[in-house]
Amino acid sequence: MRRAVLAAAVLLPAVLTSGCGGADDGTVLRVLAASSLAGPFEQIAEEFERTHEGVDVQLSTGGSTDLVAQVQEGAPADVLATADTTTMEVAVADGLTDGEPRTFATNVLQLAVPPGNPAGVTGLADLADPARDVALVVCAPEVPCGAAAQRVAGAEGVTLAPVSEERSVGDVLGKVVSGEADAGLVYVTDVRAAGDAVEGIELPEAADVVNDYPVAALADADEPDLAQELVDLVLGDLGRQVLRDAGFGAP
Amino acid sequence: MTPGVPRWLLAPAALGAAFVLLPLVAIVARVPWSDLGALVTSEASRDALLLSLRTSATSTVLCVLLGVPMAAVLARTSFPGQGVVRSLVLLPLVLPPVVGGLALLYTFGRRGLLGETLDVLGVQVAFSTAAVVMAQTFVALPFLVVSLEGALRTAGERYELVAATLGARPTTVLRRVTLPLVLPGLLSGAVLAFARALGEFGATVTFAGSLQGVTRTLPTEIYLLRETDVDGAVALSLVLVVVAVLVIGLATRRRAPLRGPS
Amino acid sequence: MTLRLEATVAARGLDVSLEVADGETVALLGPNGAGKSTVLGVAAGLLRPDTGRVTLDDHELTGRRVVPPHARRTALLAQDPLLFPHLTALDNVAFGPRSAGVRRGAARDRARGWLAEVDATDLAGRRPGELSGGQAQRVAIARALAAEPRLLLLDEPMAALDVAVTPALRQTLRRVLEGRTTVVVTHDVLDALLLADRVVVLDRGRVVEQGPAAEVLARPRSPFAARVAGLNMVSGRWSDGAVRSGGGRAVAGTPSGPALREGDPAVAVFRPRAVSVFREAPGGSPRTALPVVVTDLEPHGDQVRVRAGDLAADVTAHAAAELDLAPGSPVIFSIKATEVDVYPR
Repeated sequence: MRRAVLAAAVLLPAVLTSGCGGADDGTVLRVLAASSLAGPFEQIAEEFERTHEGVDVQLSTGGSTDLVAQVQEGAPADVLATADTTTMEVAVADGLTDGEPRTFATNVLQLAVPPGNPAGVTGLADLADPARDVALVVCAPEVPCGAAAQRVAGAEGVTLAPVSEERSVGDVLGKVVSGEADAGLVYVTDVRAAGDAVEGIELPEAADVVNDYPVAALADADEPDLAQELVDLVLGDLGRQVLRDAGFGAP
Repeated sequence: MTPGVPRWLLAPAALGAAFVLLPLVAIVARVPWSDLGALVTSEASRDALLLSLRTSATSTVLCVLLGVPMAAVLARTSFPGQGVVRSLVLLPLVLPPVVGGLALLYTFGRRGLLGETLDVLGVQVAFSTAAVVMAQTFVALPFLVVSLEGALRTAGERYELVAATLGARPTTVLRRVTLPLVLPGLLSGAVLAFARALGEFGATVTFAGSLQGVTRTLPTEIYLLRETDVDGAVALSLVLVVVAVLVIGLATRRRAPLRGPS
Repeated sequence: MTLRLEATVAARGLDVSLEVADGETVALLGPNGAGKSTVLGVAAGLLRPDTGRVTLDDHELTGRRVVPPHARRTALLAQDPLLFPHLTALDNVAFGPRSAGVRRGAARDRARGWLAEVDATDLAGRRPGELSGGQAQRVAIARALAAEPRLLLLDEPMAALDVAVTPALRQTLRRVLEGRTTVVVTHDVLDALLLADRVVVLDRGRVVEQGPAAEVLARPRSPFAARVAGLNMVSGRWSDGAVRSGGGRAVAGTPSGPALREGDPAVAVFRPRAVSVFREAPGGSPRTALPVVVTDLEPHGDQVRVRAGDLAADVTAHAAAELDLAPGSPVIFSIKATEVDVYPR
């Protein structure tokens, strides 16, 4: 008896925490999406649930690399949407996707500055000007937005001297919102999502450096049919509309 | 024979130990031993390790300079609101480091409470190595204060009273009696503070940023490396684990406080 | 240095006034909680009295500006030697001079002198953890003296020590306290008798009795003094293995501490329980036999205390009945020489 109580005490936390993932007996569709997709994908998920009685779409957002790593480690998932093709190619190479991923949206970099633009930044040239001493924050080259920033700078032949290379777009935005940084290089959708907290300055030079967002159903999906339907919804008219509203470009 | 413990206690105790040790085993199992040398000696890794050691050492010194007086005042004086002050001083122990980073940002950041004053004085904290040191000191200070205040309370005031009646001024008492008596506590507190500073991540990322050689400490480098180079991240994690184990070993060795004949 | 101390400490129920003359040693006696240590705390400046004043000669230690402990030059030696565990015996003793600004070398020289004074020269290099209780207390005495205090405060300095080492240490204290203004708190009548010129008895925070040590102990007026004075004492001169009093009494005993020479003033001390009572002098044993007349009988625990003037014996009720004891009975008080401690006076 005492042993049983002990076992219960030890196992109880595990039982309780594992319980939070389960839905009430209905079908669950697990979608992994890059952080920048959080807004539009929530709308898409709602629409999907509306048209699919009894289906619960669970949306999990994070850095693209993290998401791919989760799938590699065997996390249950049906659909994967990443913020660049490089990360998705890792999943493809490991045979984790069901068929070829398809590009459903594009994104370009924009300059985010604190409201009122205290440093008076007008464009890329200001950032590289040592005399201006603009506190620029970018993503580290290891992450997609950082790689994009390097490509933009490289194409223009300027050398950026950031004061910090962050791991995620969110960290870059945080530094700009708090006013620590004079400017940050992020995606146009991030500027849009941040609302009044930052101002966006378009970069004509960035138009050529386009980030493609691929989506794919996963090979180990529990619900392969539903997964394919969700991918179709993302690629369809509704998905396109929602994504455009969020600032994404069409492929 | 010691009185021992009830036997049923062994099972949950072993479970707890396994819970702590297994992840360590798991990460060691993932270490790419053949490339280890190259991975931990890459320029970025070396920069990160050196920066971490340098900033952690600096913040440990700061912790001692600020923490010793704090612990002495908390342990040896009484004033209204002391309990509240003690709780607040220990707050960084339980605060999520990110919150600590934000709090520092709102204090010393460009638009923070003191930021404009500092700006006028020509001090720019943002994105500097100094910001890393501040973040580390902020989270590590309570470790030193807690450990030293405990040692001070255990040591008691009797030796200090004797020293005073022998003609020693308060400063002499502090220097020649109090501090030598609590030296083991001070050392283990400093080692703990160093270890905490070495592992500091959340407040640093939030407050100081991340730039190789300036603000990118070992934990930040690991966090970033995970993005593209998992092997490198694991290799650096091993370095951090080894340093932490060494530091804890130092802290727990020779814990016995000095005692006179009782 | 003359100490004048008047103080009330409401929290400890203390209200005393006492004076210690220059070079005088005063023993503070009293039951637990009587306020003895509180008096020392007030004198040392570790406790602030609610009212009153403390002066050392003309130096006002309380009043508008309270002189802090370190500026009073009143060394305090407690039951626990409290040697600084991180310093050697020598550096412990040198602590006072060092605090007074003496350079290390000179301070150590002085410390060696004081260690020699308490017969502890060979302990100089040891750490407190390597000292026995008696050795540590010796070093602590040297440390207190090395601070060159104007007033020495001793708080039961031998209470925590093994009985085997107390006589020798008491002799050392006797020697070094000579001519020093000292207050010693004690439970032990021997300390009062041998170390102090004067005894002050405290009870419940008040001085209930004071006077020359021998007088107070011989004719105790307070219950506590009577209780501590429960020991039998015969003082006189040491001669031929016995202490011989002016009244013709001779008590054979064992000298403790340094050897006594013939004719030295000495005191023989023994407990009432060590005294056997006879109607007739017992023959053939190396016992002291003192012919006395019973003056009083009183119950004392499960025994009967037989008083005969300033001497007392404890016997069982059965023995008292068998001996048919009553005030006025002539009896013999008999004591084994091994039960009698002899001290120089």
